[in-house]
This record gives sequence, structure tokens and C-alpha cells, in this order.
Amino acid sequence: MEMTGAEIVIRCLQEEEVEYLFGYPGGAVLFIYDELYKQDKVKHVLVRHEQAAIHAADGYARSTDKVGVALVTSGPGATNAVTGIATAYMDSIPMVVISGQVPTSYIGEDAFQEVDTVGITRPCVKHNFLVKDVKDIASTMKKAFYLAKSGRPGPVLVDIPKDVSAQKTEFSYPSSVQIRSYNPSQHGDIGAIRQAAQLLLNAKRPMIYAGGGVVLSSAASQLTELTRLLGFPVTNTLMGLGGYPATDKQFLGMLGMHGTLEANMAMQQCDVLLAVGARFDDRVIGNVAHFAQNPRKIIHIDIDPSSISKRVKVDVPIVGDVAHVLGDLLAVLHSTRQQPDAQALAAWWAQIADWRSKNSLTYRNSDELIKPQYVIETLYELTGGDAFVTSDVGQHQMWAAQYYKFDQPRRWINSGGLGTMGFGLPAAMGVQLAHPGATVACVTGEGSIQMNIQELSTCKQFRLPIKVIALNNRYLGMVRQWQEFFHGNRYSESYMDALPNFAKLAEAYGHVGLCIEKPSDVRPALEEALARKNELVFLDFRTDSTENVYPMVPGGKGLSEVILAEDL
Amino acid sequence: MRHIISLLMENEAGALSRVAGLFSARGYNIESLTVAPTEDQTMSRMTIVTSGSDDVIEQINKQLNKLIDVVAVMDLTEGQHLERELMLVKVRAVGEGREELKRLTDIFRGRIIDVDASSYTIELTGTGSKLDSFVQAIDSSLMLEVVRTGASGIGRGERILKL
Repeated sequence: MEMTGAEIVIRCLQEEEVEYLFGYPGGAVLFIYDELYKQDKVKHVLVRHEQAAIHAADGYARSTDKVGVALVTSGPGATNAVTGIATAYMDSIPMVVISGQVPTSYIGEDAFQEVDTVGITRPCVKHNFLVKDVKDIASTMKKAFYLAKSGRPGPVLVDIPKDVSAQKTEFSYPSSVQIRSYNPSQHGDIGAIRQAAQLLLNAKRPMIYAGGGVVLSSAASQLTELTRLLGFPVTNTLMGLGGYPATDKQFLGMLGMHGTLEANMAMQQCDVLLAVGARFDDRVIGNVAHFAQNPRKIIHIDIDPSSISKRVKVDVPIVGDVAHVLGDLLAVLHSTRQQPDAQALAAWWAQIADWRSKNSLTYRNSDELIKPQYVIETLYELTGGDAFVTSDVGQHQMWAAQYYKFDQPRRWINSGGLGTMGFGLPAAMGVQLAHPGATVACVTGEGSIQMNIQELSTCKQFRLPIKVIALNNRYLGMVRQWQEFFHGNRYSESYMDALPNFAKLAEAYGHVGLCIEKPSDVRPALEEALARKNELVFLDFRTDSTENVYPMVPGGKGLSEVILAEDL
Repeated sequence: MRHIISLLMENEAGALSRVAGLFSARGYNIESLTVAPTEDQTMSRMTIVTSGSDDVIEQINKQLNKLIDVVAVMDLTEGQHLERELMLVKVRAVGEGREELKRLTDIFRGRIIDVDASSYTIELTGTGSKLDSFVQAIDSSLMLEVVRTGASGIGRGERILKL
């Protein structure tokens, strides 16, 4: 049967079993919206800004292991989406973004709401397409979903001119897809895996460093099994939190710029490092030359060959899907009689215990000022560590990462690579839609929340009972901290005057708003918010405005060149 | 070090800008870049001359392979290969200089492909360094125009880049 391009787009989404489509209508996508109207399988979520559509699709994808899908119009619709697309790209999130385009005959004529979407998004997508013929829509959509989800995941954009969405053709959805230039490897080289096993078994001071790849590959159980089998210490990157249970005794906490002392010191001083789905990011290992001062053998498992030996030279590269490779590595370890060196390991753990005894995350609580760390700790306690926590970017993000102990993957949702303020609330919408009964908390700051605060309206329309935990210190806190440490206390433009009354603002959107100013009110307020199961509660915590995030490895410094809290 | 990277890519709109964009986004050098369709209508072949440390070249190869439109990549400089570039030079040729330029062209095995009362247009192929030498051999005040295609390369013998 003949169908219009628009109808084909929707049929493709149905074929891909897309549950939610996050979007915003406009001229170039009107035919597609018309087809959406005629069906009820794909549910559309109307956001208030296209950036939020992408972040919501992103949060949905991160929390489910499915592809997030968004729909925006041409021109400003597409450019507004770019920040969201770049966010997903940096964190390797599977996503398909459909954008409208001006009719093919207008392309290149500076038409109304025309922008070169494929050109603008090229550096921040895994791949993109401009569909110029209605006959290509179905196969392009199939490719887009395949590319987004397979290999190293990422956002794929499909740009569809308005006239193409109106033209008609026969629809048949391809059952499989073949791209001759794209064959991501699943299984790692078994020789390299055996070599890795041998290195691990001979290690005196081993360390496992696991990143977002573990979460993306759904390999948390394999990582846990491997770590326990070997009895090695393990750390997670910001993106990897939940990839290993944070309450486990072998877990040294997060590493990196705001990582624990024990994680960073063990990373620096280990003699064999197993890097799993992590990419030696500058925020993770700091200064590369400093990191290289301690000799160590590095095994690196990653699905993307270009992540290997990019910043740090690797001794045993293993290209493959983390879950597969860890499975094979476990099989090799199970088949050998050799055990890790127990004596060396005991000495290594004793050294780690010494670093741990510093309690680098200790903070001094107060009866007068609300400490942001205390808010997160209380949230952790009251939710039993079982909430989905999204965050924005800044100090609150680091405190959430440090003090909320994630035992499961896909519970911690944040913009790690791009560091996008404004991510938290729309991401929480995607998470809440995917997990209707779950507690979803958006930990944010008064700076970040204002970058997408209009989404409180979307939350009302779709009855999303998100708990917004705003750590309001009246400063762009992380900027203020850097200015205190590195710019002579000159707080250039980091103080926020004329803040809105967030509680009233939330009420104006039809939600519940609470303002909390005393430490003794923190727990009751969180309890009340969590008890309001069906309502969005905006908690405006007025926190200590001068609190800093510790430990801190200053930018460009080595992992052991750490600044600890003054009391330590 | 100078490297010549040869690649096959899908003959799709935008494929060239994906490659060029990759080089500028990641700060890699491009000395020259040539591209044209192959005998297989669905594919284009590109030759990129670049330079960088071994680590950078390794990343360039990996990043190129990562582009969805790129079908195959070969670093020609890793083995035996041939390199040729075409140059068209227009020079002022008057009086005694005309004979001298003709001789120089013959020495370099070039061809004069257009002549008028006061100029020659010379065609020359060879490696980049041969073309450089020719340009240097000509009095710069006589040089009117230089057009170079950038290098094309191919592996020797059984080194074949094909699907």
C-alpha cells in the first residue's frame, strides 16, 4: 500500500517499538505530526524547548537500554536540539533524532527556518542522513536505529525535507540491515584476553578502572563477578557509577578530579591496570605525563578502537563489547589453576586501607547551615539507595556522585562528557516516563535548573512526580570554587542575584514547592517530598554558600597532587 | 612524518565534508587531499597527505575508520607505494627565455600543452618533491600561475585497496 513519507516515519517508529517520542512541532514536520495524531502506539511528549526533548530522550535511553527518540522541526528546532545531541554524543547514548527540513526545492535558498542541519550536527553525531527521496525513508530509519544502538552507541540524526514527508511510496520495513563499511566487533581477540588474564594473575598491585562502557554494555554483573573472583580493588568513573555496587567493600569510590583519595592513589600506584569501557578522560586521570611517571601495565577493553591509546599508551588492547570480553576473560580465569598473588594483594589492600582511613569524603556538618553533602546523604538514606538520580552540572553533581551510593547501573543519569547545565530536569522526565512507579530525583543547583526550568510545565502536563532537589547556594558553585582556588577569590559573575522564589515558581506551574533553610528541616522536607508520590515537589535547599567539593585534583595536575578538605 | 593515506568511501553527498571536518575538528594536518569516483560508481577514492607523530597517525587511521561512510583505509607509507601529482604551470615565455623554458621542461619530462605569444603552459607529473624542484628551477619573476592536484597514491604490486 502506498503511504506518505510522514506515515512511513511513524510506521518505522512503531516497527522499532518506540514507546515515547519527545518533540516539538513546527512547519517542516507538520505532516509527521498529522500522522502522529492518527495513531496511538507512539506516545508523543510535548516539551517546552527542543533541547529538553533531546535530554528527555537521552534520560529515557540511559535508564532503559533502549534508543531514545526525538522529533524537532527545521531551523531553530534543529539548532536548539544541538546541545542535547552533543551531550548524547559525548556520553555515547543511543538516540535517533528526526528533524524536519525545508522542501528540497528550497534547500540552499536561505528559506524560512532553513539551516544546514546535517552540516551543523555532523561533528556531534555518530552519523546523520538527509533523506531526499521518500523511497529511502524506511531503509534510512532502519539504519539509524541500527547505528544508534550497535557498536559504540551514539545519536543519529535523520533530516527529512517537508516535501519528502508528503510524497507517497510503497512501505516495507527492512527486516535486517547491512552497512558494508560498518562492522563493529563484538568479541575481543582471545589471545589478547589470555594475555590480559596472565597479567592480572601476576599483578602485585592491581586495579580495575571501569567507566560508562560497563553501563552501556549492560555488563555490571560480569564486572562484579570478575572483581570478586580476583579480589581486586575497583573504581568507577563518573559515567560508570552503578556499574559496580558502591556499597561493596572492594569499591574504592569514584576516581578523577573529585574522586576519593584511595581511588586516585591506587590508580596512580597500581602495577597492572584493567581499564573497562573507560577512556582515560582528562577529568579522570588529570595530567597524562604525571600519570605515566608510575610504570604500570595497562589492559584496555573498549568497543571503540579510537579510544584505545588515544591519551594513554596501552599494553594490551582488547577491542570488543565489554560484556562479551568480560565473559571471555572470566572463562579464561575459571579455566586456569593459577590464583592471584594473595600475599601481594594483602599488602596492597593494607596500603589502600591506609589511604581509606583518611576518609577523604568527610565533611563537617553544621546545625546552622545546610551542608549540601548532608542533603544528598539524607536523600540516599531515605530512598534506600534505590532512586533514579539525574543531575545537572556543577558542585551538586559532584556531591551527588560522591554521596549517593549507586548499587545498580542506569540509576545515575548525568552529563559527564559535555557537562551540560540544564540536563537534569528534562532527563528526569525521560527517566520518569520509562519508570512510572520509581522515585526519580533531579539533583540540581539554582544555576542549572534555570537553564531548562520551563520543563516544569511539561512535568505538569504529563504528571511526572519528579523530586527536584535544588542545592541553592546563590552561586555558580563550581565556578566560585575555581575562582576561590585559582583566581584569587575574585568571584567574577558567579554570584546570582535576583533569584526567583523557586517554591512559588513551582507552585505557579501547579506543583508543590518547599523552601528549606535549616539543617533540622532537611530530613522532614525530603520525607514529605518522597511521601507525595504523585506530585512533583520542588525542594529549594538554601545551602552553605561557601562549601567546596573535596577532594580536588586541580586541572592539569596529577592524580596524587590532590587538595583535601582543610580538616584532613 | 609525512604519510599518504588512501581511502575508499561511499559516494554519498557529504562524505567529503565528514573527512575534511574530522581533520579540522581534531587538529590534524592536511597537506593535500584529492578525491574522485572509482570504477565502482558507488565509491570514491581519496588520497590524503598528512603529517604527524606515530600516535597522531594511528589516531587518524582509527578516526577515519570510525566514519560510517569510510569503507576502507590504507596508510600507503607503511609499505611500498607509488605517488604521483599533476601540476600545471603557466610561465612568462618571451625572447631567449622561451628556449630555456622548453629545455627545462624536457629535462623534467614535462610537456608544453599551451602556447601563446608570451607564455607557455606546462604539464608535469611526478612526486611532490620533483614538482617542487621544477618550481624552484624557474625564475620566480616568470611564474604566472601554479596549479597542483595534490598527490594520488597506489600500493606497489599486491598491495591493493579494494573491496
